[in-house]
Amino acid sequence: MLIELKNITKDYDNGGVLTRVLKGVDLSIEEGEFLAIMGPSGSGKSTLMHLIGFLDRPTSGQYLFDGEDTSLFGDDDLAYIRNDRIGFVFQSFNLLPRTSVLDNVALPLLYSNTNPKTHEHRAKVALEAVGLGERLHFMSNQISGGQKQRVAIARALVCDPKVIFADEPTGNLDSKSGSTVMSILENLNKDGRTVILVTHDMNVAMHAHRIVTIRDGEIISDKKVPSSERIHSKALAE
Amino acid sequence: MHNFINNIKTTVRDLLARKGRSFLTTLGIIIGVAGVIIIISLGAGAQTLVLSQITKLGTNLVGVLPGKSNEKGPPAAVFGVQIKTLSLADVRAIADPGNVPNITAVASFVRGNATIIYGRQSVDTTFTATDGSYPRVQNAEMEKGTFFSDEEGNAGGNVVVLGYDVANELFPSGDPLGKIVKIQVQHNSAQSLNNEVNSGVPMRVIGVQKKLGTVAFQNQDDQVFIPFVIGQRQLLGIDYVQTIRAKVDSSTNVQIVIADITRVLRSQHHIKNADNDDFSVRDLADAIKILTSITDTLRIFLGLMAGISLIVGGIGIMNIMLVTVSERTREIGLRKSIGATNSKIRNQFLFEACVLTFTGGIVGIILGVLVSYVIAIIVRYLGYDWDFVISIFSVVLSVGVSVATGVFFGLYPSLKASRLDPIVALRYE
Repeated sequence: MLIELKNITKDYDNGGVLTRVLKGVDLSIEEGEFLAIMGPSGSGKSTLMHLIGFLDRPTSGQYLFDGEDTSLFGDDDLAYIRNDRIGFVFQSFNLLPRTSVLDNVALPLLYSNTNPKTHEHRAKVALEAVGLGERLHFMSNQISGGQKQRVAIARALVCDPKVIFADEPTGNLDSKSGSTVMSILENLNKDGRTVILVTHDMNVAMHAHRIVTIRDGEIISDKKVPSSERIHSKALAE
Repeated sequence: MHNFINNIKTTVRDLLARKGRSFLTTLGIIIGVAGVIIIISLGAGAQTLVLSQITKLGTNLVGVLPGKSNEKGPPAAVFGVQIKTLSLADVRAIADPGNVPNITAVASFVRGNATIIYGRQSVDTTFTATDGSYPRVQNAEMEKGTFFSDEEGNAGGNVVVLGYDVANELFPSGDPLGKIVKIQVQHNSAQSLNNEVNSGVPMRVIGVQKKLGTVAFQNQDDQVFIPFVIGQRQLLGIDYVQTIRAKVDSSTNVQIVIADITRVLRSQHHIKNADNDDFSVRDLADAIKILTSITDTLRIFLGLMAGISLIVGGIGIMNIMLVTVSERTREIGLRKSIGATNSKIRNQFLFEACVLTFTGGIVGIILGVLVSYVIAIIVRYLGYDWDFVISIFSVVLSVGVSVATGVFFGLYPSLKASRLDPIVALRYE
């Protein structure tokens, strides 16, 4: 089991008022799964993803990642995991402005223990994997939204992580760019990577093999998507 | 090492992307560092100027002033107090080689204000009444003519040597040598108001001194030299000596001469206890020491002022860094989400602050050196003896302080950045 959550809760302190956003979540995710977490806004799905992605810590409960109890990890351990095991794709891309596509993709490598001489090559390989091998030296603000999200995926890939987290990856994109992004994520999953998707859009979620629905901080359904019902995006289209 | 170079590259690129702001940020440091360098350079220049002027008057000089003074402070006579304890008998005793063997010449002095009249021209100036030995005691080079001889001096001949400016004012065109001028003392100091003094003592100009410039805040060219007895008896109507100066044969004997003169004067004045001394013996080194300590104090004071501006510059850096941190909150969040540790974020911003201050320091040094150099050129052009000195100390100090400022004032914003919660940072709008 890659990810194992046991009775996870998360409280937020809103000016003295404690709000319980997650109310005892149990969830297991195996390596190589393509999972969508669904739910309306305010349901706690983003909080859940942040907890699984080590951007945040639970208030209580146990989180085993690759069999290790993560409550024992320090800040630097978590930073290492975020760098080496996990790749994030955000709704708003979060690329560095005034920085080239290549440098944006190479950014995580700066925080890794890899040989700096290999960085450029690795970034190029990651960009080719998302079909942007030609745009290396464009500035991040000179490319379209769909291309930005593909750069962000390349950045998430560059450290060769086990898990890719995508938080509403198509939320800011037109449908064509969105389906390109989804097909890239599908391909990543085919290559054996675990992909965890957070969305409120059923059409996006239907790409996944398993859908976990969350409402008011609790998982209300967890079901497999039969391959006949899955939506498949067309291969890379420019 | 490679990482370090990469860091520099990234930081410089980041800073260049915000050229205008980066420049304004460093401006405080640039001005501070340039200020420190300019002030220290000017201080050193002014010090050499003052010292070179003092030594222009002659080295190996020992001066005797009436009245007691402590070692460090100025003698009472400086404050205009008239003390009448030195006499011509003292001068003769000092001049006796049996008493003080290591001196080559002695001159006695009295000074006063006088008006020099030639025809319709008149000049208010100071007269220095001294002996014919004056040129052997102090450096007195003549522009024209000669200084009066020992005989003319002792006999009280009616001869006068003009300072450079006085000669120029009285004789704008034409040779002053051989001309008869009248010296009139101002009434306030004249106790012997006989007719001759009132209408002026006629004197023959026998020499004009070379231009000396201003030494120790006194224009050395705005004075005339007359024989001692004329000034003392005829013009001032006094019977004491205001100053005695002696030239020592070599610098190693200065302290011996001071001791000898002190001993001679104590026996002349029947003084048994050093506490009762009614005179002070000083050498030029003392004066230089006093002046040096004054200019040093000034330099330290001004340096501190410039140092304060460096600190203000540092606060400016802190300010801008804080703005930068909040502007780049999302970037910090992103960097954390892709694996940056707190210390990496801290170092990134600290590094940025250091690059800013270091660059500011370098630019400040260049600016400071340039300005100091221009000032030196201007001052030299004005005819002063000015050294262009850039002390390594000031360079090291100001760069050290500016980088320390960067680290110190960059630390708070950097820590603030590193402690941002990645989620909060990512959601920041």
